[in-house]
Amino acid sequence: MALPDADGSTDQAEVIGYDPMRSLAVHLVRPKMSIWARLANIWRYRDLLRGLVAKEIRVKYKDSALGFIWSLLNPAMFILIYYIVFQKVLGNGIPLFAIFLATGLLCWNLFQSGVLGATGSVVGNAALVKKVAFPREILALASVGSAFIFFLFQAVVLAIFLLVFGVTPDLSYVWLTPIALLALLVVASGLAVLLSAINVYMRDMQHLMEILLQAWFWATPVVYPFMLIAAKTSKLHLTWLYLVNPVTPVVLTFQRAFYAKTDPVGVGGVVVHILPHYSPMWYLGILGILIAAGVALVLVALSVFGRLEGNFAEEL
Amino acid sequence: MASSVEVRGVSKQFRLFQEKYTSLKEKAIHFGKIPFEVFPALSDISFEVEQGTTLGLLGHNGSGKSTLLKCIAGILTPTSGEILVRGRVAAMLELGAGFHPDLSGRDNIYLNASLLGLSRREVDRCFDDIVDFSELGPFIENQVKFYSSGMYARLGFAVAVNMDPDVLLVDEVLAVGDANFQLKCINKIKSFQKEGRTIVFVSHSPELVRGICDTAFVLDHGRLVGGGPTPEAITVLQQFQLAGSSLLFDPAREQERAIPAAGGEVQLSRLEVNGVVVDQRAVAVDPGSQAEMAIEVESPPAQAIFAHFELVIINSENIPVFAFNTRDMGVDAFLLRGTTELSARFDSFVVGPGAYSARVSLYSEQSGMLIEVRQWDNALVVGGSRRGVSGVVAMDVSIFAEELSNRRL
Repeated sequence: MALPDADGSTDQAEVIGYDPMRSLAVHLVRPKMSIWARLANIWRYRDLLRGLVAKEIRVKYKDSALGFIWSLLNPAMFILIYYIVFQKVLGNGIPLFAIFLATGLLCWNLFQSGVLGATGSVVGNAALVKKVAFPREILALASVGSAFIFFLFQAVVLAIFLLVFGVTPDLSYVWLTPIALLALLVVASGLAVLLSAINVYMRDMQHLMEILLQAWFWATPVVYPFMLIAAKTSKLHLTWLYLVNPVTPVVLTFQRAFYAKTDPVGVGGVVVHILPHYSPMWYLGILGILIAAGVALVLVALSVFGRLEGNFAEEL
Repeated sequence: MASSVEVRGVSKQFRLFQEKYTSLKEKAIHFGKIPFEVFPALSDISFEVEQGTTLGLLGHNGSGKSTLLKCIAGILTPTSGEILVRGRVAAMLELGAGFHPDLSGRDNIYLNASLLGLSRREVDRCFDDIVDFSELGPFIENQVKFYSSGMYARLGFAVAVNMDPDVLLVDEVLAVGDANFQLKCINKIKSFQKEGRTIVFVSHSPELVRGICDTAFVLDHGRLVGGGPTPEAITVLQQFQLAGSSLLFDPAREQERAIPAAGGEVQLSRLEVNGVVVDQRAVAVDPGSQAEMAIEVESPPAQAIFAHFELVIINSENIPVFAFNTRDMGVDAFLLRGTTELSARFDSFVVGPGAYSARVSLYSEQSGMLIEVRQWDNALVVGGSRRGVSGVVAMDVSIFAEELSNRRL
């Protein structure tokens, strides 16, 4: 190939605004990076996280006539079906069952779509991982991020539901919901990062998670009330075991704040026990424990991710 | 000046699995005993790149040059050793990696730039420059999936070079696009050089490296085998490249390779120069005279092998002074069956005085693989030509003077 000379005809190569002596950040590529260096790197790429979330949302419903409304129709349909089956066919007697369902589902959807999306995120972006250097954890976090955006859409719908049905949230619990949301995001992020790395080496993880999350869904009081299980476990002093499921305290907080009924009079005229009589402080306590455990999970996940990441580009 | 990139004792090993077990069931069955071979892609590489210089990494396919570039870029993590890079790195391994087809050019600029580590505000600042450089104009609002491959590459390059990198890593991406775009890319790289940015350029094209790089290193089988000012490095590359696929000439390895490629024993049994068999003693050739080199090839009589023929004549300083390869010349492959004689006739053997070695290689037409290679050291000696004439080539020369004007003072 013949080489043209830049210096010749046109003077395109004018020197503009580059100072070779400017202070430069030193970047070290080595087999192992500390967790703190990883966290700092993720923070440096926060605009990428934002960009990827925006991309995922735009691309998901691109060229579909209804666009993001689909993200609302999906849970709406789910609520309708479960309402018919559980309320009309099985007669569970929970008053305002649609609100009860919508509140729990709001949290569950964030968790499930974030974790499931993240599991396949590194494998799905193989082309990128092989060609561009960036903190790969961002891919998993972007899944949680876009799940969070859809959570916000659905929260708006829940708010409309509450208005239409004239339900007043319990203000002494509402302030806990941002904390519960934070706890959920931290736990979901930890799992997301962990599973996305494992999935590179064990592609079954994706399918396994689809099944596991179904079981997990039924282990969480979304469709049925917490007290239904707690009534049985409390006799055996095993309620704590039920609360080990990290999504349960979050769902409970949301239900307590927005559904706001502990023992309402049911459809058949009898009192139904739905939510426990715990005080706001109890909720604060358990959410605090959850956040602490979530942070620990994130650190473990980052260290596992760092260990596995070195060979990503070759495994994919 | 300070070094911009420091590569310290970097090794990278790939694990080659006979079969890849990635599902849980397979992992369970083969738990802990998945057969694999360790393939050293890079072995103990150390060098520094001075700030503001342009380094070329040369090597044939599979020499590890791209792996090394990926390590510097941080895409691959070295198995051992470390790499220190000062400043922002822009790696151009593939133009437009990470573009999403459904997003517009504008959105992709933001996404791609953030992948390279730019903040939104920084992209805002250089957005217009990117669009200008890409020459996309109004198409910037169109979805990238409607772009031609040239437009795609232009946009990718525009993003990478406009992100104000301190270290630019380029991997033979300039091969895309039309001549105008290539010119533009090279001009941009040259302006980067003037500005004092550091560039690491990977290529197997010596011409491109010669035109761009100050210094170059040559890689072979994951080892750094030579380097220095670009012309020297290119000589190192060419010296061995002509001999076949390996820079480090290792007869044992070549032999190993030869057997499966040919499916039988193929031997370069004899070399004759002007009808004289070369064994212990060199054959004398007069400079500028006619010369004929004939190679006898023994191959299995029951098997027809189609092969290409390469001859390299190497001087005492190990520099190839002449070479040809029939595959590259576009000549039909030769049929080898039983004993075959391949001949090359030179009408005028114009190499300068000295001792020369001859290296003959045979390549399979089908696979392109090396079948057999043999070197006859000091096979021929070219005698002194006219007195007072020296050099690598023996050209016929006449010397005369002519009076152009006759001006008296």
